Amino acid sequence: MLKSKTFVKKTRSGGVMKIVREHYLRDDIWCGSEACTECQQESTVLQKDACIESNLCSYPHYLIPDTNVVLHQIDVLEDPVIRNVIILQTVLQEVRHRSAPIYKRLKDIIHEKEKHFYTFTSEHHRETFIEREPGESANDRNDRAIRVAAKWYSEHLKPLEAETDGLKVVLLTNDQGNKQKAEEIEEYIKGLIANSELVDRLALSNDDKNEVTSSKVLFPEHLPLSRIQAGIKSGSFVQGTFRASRDNYLEATVFVQGEGEDSTEILIQGLQNLNRAVHQDVVAVQLLPRNQWVAPSSVVLQDEGTAKDDDVEEEEEEKAVNLKTTGKVVGIIKRNWRPFCGMLNVSQIKESTRHLFTPADRRIPRIRIETRQSSTLAGQRIIVAIDGWPKDSRYPNGHFVRSLGGAGEKDTEQEVLLLEHDVPHQAFSQAVLSFLPKMPWAITPEDMVKREDLRQLTVCSVDPPGCTDIDDALHCRELENGNLEVGVHIADVSHFIRPGNALDKEAANRGTTVYLCGKRIDMVPELLSSNLCSLRSNVERLAFSCIWEMNHKAEILKTRFTKSVINSKASLTYAEAQMRIDDTSKSDDITKSLRGLNKLAKILKRQRIEKGALTLSSLEVRFHIDSETHDPIDLQTKELMETNSMVEEFMLLANISVAQKIYDEFQECALLRKHPAPPPSNYDILLKAAKSKDVAIHTDTAKALADSLDVAKVDGFPYFNTLLRILATRCMMQAVYFCSGMDSDFHHYGLASPIYTHFTSPIRRYADIIVHRLLAVAIGADSTYPDLMDKHKQSALCNNLNYRHKMSQYAQRASVAFHTQLFFKSRGILNEEGFVLFVRKNAIIVLIPKFGLEGTVFFDTKDKVSPSVVFDEEIPGVSVPVPDAAPQAKKPKLDR
Amino acid sequence: MAGLELLSDQGYRLDGRKATELRKVQARMGVFAQADGSAYLEQGNTKALAVVYGPHEMRGSRGRTLHDRALINCQYSMATFSTAERKRRPHGDRKSTEMSLHLKQTFEAAVMTQLYPRSQIDIYVKILQSDGGNYSTCVNAATLAVIDAGIPMRDYVCACTVGFVDETPLADLCYAEESGGVSSLALALLPRGGQIALLQMDARLHQDHLETLIEAAMTACKGVSKVLDEVVRQHLQEGSVLTGE
Repeated sequence: MLKSKTFVKKTRSGGVMKIVREHYLRDDIWCGSEACTECQQESTVLQKDACIESNLCSYPHYLIPDTNVVLHQIDVLEDPVIRNVIILQTVLQEVRHRSAPIYKRLKDIIHEKEKHFYTFTSEHHRETFIEREPGESANDRNDRAIRVAAKWYSEHLKPLEAETDGLKVVLLTNDQGNKQKAEEIEEYIKGLIANSELVDRLALSNDDKNEVTSSKVLFPEHLPLSRIQAGIKSGSFVQGTFRASRDNYLEATVFVQGEGEDSTEILIQGLQNLNRAVHQDVVAVQLLPRNQWVAPSSVVLQDEGTAKDDDVEEEEEEKAVNLKTTGKVVGIIKRNWRPFCGMLNVSQIKESTRHLFTPADRRIPRIRIETRQSSTLAGQRIIVAIDGWPKDSRYPNGHFVRSLGGAGEKDTEQEVLLLEHDVPHQAFSQAVLSFLPKMPWAITPEDMVKREDLRQLTVCSVDPPGCTDIDDALHCRELENGNLEVGVHIADVSHFIRPGNALDKEAANRGTTVYLCGKRIDMVPELLSSNLCSLRSNVERLAFSCIWEMNHKAEILKTRFTKSVINSKASLTYAEAQMRIDDTSKSDDITKSLRGLNKLAKILKRQRIEKGALTLSSLEVRFHIDSETHDPIDLQTKELMETNSMVEEFMLLANISVAQKIYDEFQECALLRKHPAPPPSNYDILLKAAKSKDVAIHTDTAKALADSLDVAKVDGFPYFNTLLRILATRCMMQAVYFCSGMDSDFHHYGLASPIYTHFTSPIRRYADIIVHRLLAVAIGADSTYPDLMDKHKQSALCNNLNYRHKMSQYAQRASVAFHTQLFFKSRGILNEEGFVLFVRKNAIIVLIPKFGLEGTVFFDTKDKVSPSVVFDEEIPGVSVPVPDAAPQAKKPKLDR
Repeated sequence: MAGLELLSDQGYRLDGRKATELRKVQARMGVFAQADGSAYLEQGNTKALAVVYGPHEMRGSRGRTLHDRALINCQYSMATFSTAERKRRPHGDRKSTEMSLHLKQTFEAAVMTQLYPRSQIDIYVKILQSDGGNYSTCVNAATLAVIDAGIPMRDYVCACTVGFVDETPLADLCYAEESGGVSSLALALLPRGGQIALLQMDARLHQDHLETLIEAAMTACKGVSKVLDEVVRQHLQEGSVLTGE
């Protein structure tokens, strides 16, 4: 069965090294076809009647794409029409080498049963393995290997022709040389078209002549990678991430990651200097001489598609103070193109097949695509991928990937915002679901071994109305010695999600549950999130409990953690809990427990604020959603009750206690959360805003800031304080997860706590699951596993969690914004009070507190003459909260 | 993309073997006439030469003499040309000393030393070419050499390394796999009784996986023992033909 064959390879790692590896060739690699009678295979992937309608190949056939076809046309391969494809190992390896994301997509296709993709291990097959000949390049050898394998297949299937209506294999290639050499195999591409839609998905290859043939070269040439590397080494170029500006398409910054804290931003202005870089690309930048430095323009510019080069209106009287380091892009180190969602702008010329595509993300330039179905695609949300950006083209070239549905429809828009924010939202795969406990589920004696039985305690949960994933419950009772026992019980999710299995990996990837208006994208499957882990009332649930003994001054005397079993006596909403506390006639156990908790929470909160914790403000809006049409019918800003803060206080306390415990136990690998203090420059907008009303704000410490915010009040302008708090929120840094072994600064600025973590919501945050596991190991209730103790792996996990967390917040905001627009669609024009947040040269940014809505109002728009607003504040970037400066904010603008 | 894919989705390893398959084992006994016993063994690209002297009376320091059994003295070394980069020190470094000690322990468990009190058995092993699994190749070669010397043993000692990748144990690792960050385990087995002569692992592995890994290692060792048995039988047959029996 084994044929041994050794071959010699030379690779370079520092110097030249000779590597000798064995390479076994086998006779037992089967062809994977259902039709084949010769191979003794257990399961087959390829179907017998492999039909794809095609005008080139009328017979049933299997496809063998070569590497370039896979790399460039992965979108086509992903289409459900394409089935019965043989992926050669040679191709798979080359793809793996050349592009990690495409490799991942290819693997996903192969795993999909419906697609009938078969991986043929050609490199280890005795008849299809070939050795590299002298003088042959590695690429040529691989091409030849692909041809040999294809030939083998066609010979292998030949004897079966009679039974299978002439089943054949077809080699897909774009390469001229390959085509000539592969004699018996048809060239296929563009002939395989079963429906016109597929043509659009063919990525434009470079030798196609469909670039815009304007002789004018718009952009300077990109430098080759070798020159860029040399330039970076010598210091003449810098490397950074390209971030396009949201407000002005001619402006961008390049974020240069420096050593430690000192990262800088370089301003780039003008099409020429932007030089075809797209948001998120890694680029090389050359700094301009100091006399060419400019200030960021305060103009809001949207690309209106004038084909000519727009001139940047450079204003000479720009103040020297505002000049920023300016540079130009000289080369692209790594493109970070992803498929973009957006709308098609149908070309004016009716017969034209080339159209412009406007992405939903304003930071992405428009993309030129070729399609024959523009009439159907108009008015739909579509996905487009960029193929390239030639230097004589104003826009990048791309191709159509798929349509999501009609624009403005709720499902489509939801899909768009999930895709745009990279939220994994597919249904859970079978592999993931297979790790769920079997129903009916009950607590077994084995579960009880390391658990405390707390079923007799009067535990209750307090949550917002309609909450089905209840992950925390509380209790409070008086002990015999007069002290109080307070318990926070958190759903024991880590009991169900075991490290390393598919369920765990999926949850780790999703990182967090995303709450959109009227929809929840779960991190763990519903069976867990809404049933087994949810601490519902009057059922027995597994929990992880944190129990304190406190005196009546809320001083902690003893802390204890344990896995437990609880039986919640009631699940209340905030309002219900509030009513019980206020209703003096009630004196049952639950109410007593709630009153005890409430009393302690007030003391805790006071202590916390004395230590300098900030109370900031941001507008959160809740929609009343029509139960049938799911359209928003009314909206209100969230109101906070005493019970909200009661639950919050104990959650904070639990998180801090747990953080301390896991850090004591695992100095190197505790997963914590920190909130860095913002650099002083962040406070500029807040200070200027306050100054406009002659209010002084001190930002030296969190405590000073909190105190000065408390006293910042202006007579006759009650909303001023809230506005300031909103602005202060924007000055803050993002709180992030990190691994204790990789950082030394643990401080949580906003909560004024020296250490903090997330422990209390394992159903909706993955970080909490890790913290649960760490804590379980610390108290000896569970065993450890290697990845948990590896600080580098944990740090990588933290990065993903931070990213997902940020994206989920953006998605939530986008969802609220969309629903607000839906709401206004049916309302028409309303008059509301608004406040100006920022002033730009040609626009103001207005906040309407009633709707929590922020929008840009342009002074001059195409269809009307600019209203008589005199722009007298010639200080760009100053935010002036002037009440009623734009009192009647123009609503129609917001629901374009 | 960093790293190699050690086990493909189709279940093939880098060199085309499946997870449980061993490399090709080839061996010859009695390669040197002057020594009491000798053997040459190839396990894929790992090649080892083992030579046995003894049992003979104690040499060197007599203080080490054991009164109830024979002393086993092992020396492990690697040829300077055995690796991709020329080795500076063929023996006497930390790794070799450790390996010598492991070999000694292994053979103390297998050789019936109590039959030769106050004497000494020398086992010298040299790696001629190294491609992973040095320890196991040495043990297997030395077993054949000991048999060639006619020293009674309880059983063949067969050794094999096993690695753990994607929840699957891989038998008989090659160098590329060993250096690819796999937690590997070396096991020397007396296959007939299933006793473990030596178990060595210096990587991290979760306790839950240990059992499956040992299980796989034992199966692999039994596979090796079959091959060794064949080699011995063939060698004896050739020998008896020569002596005209």
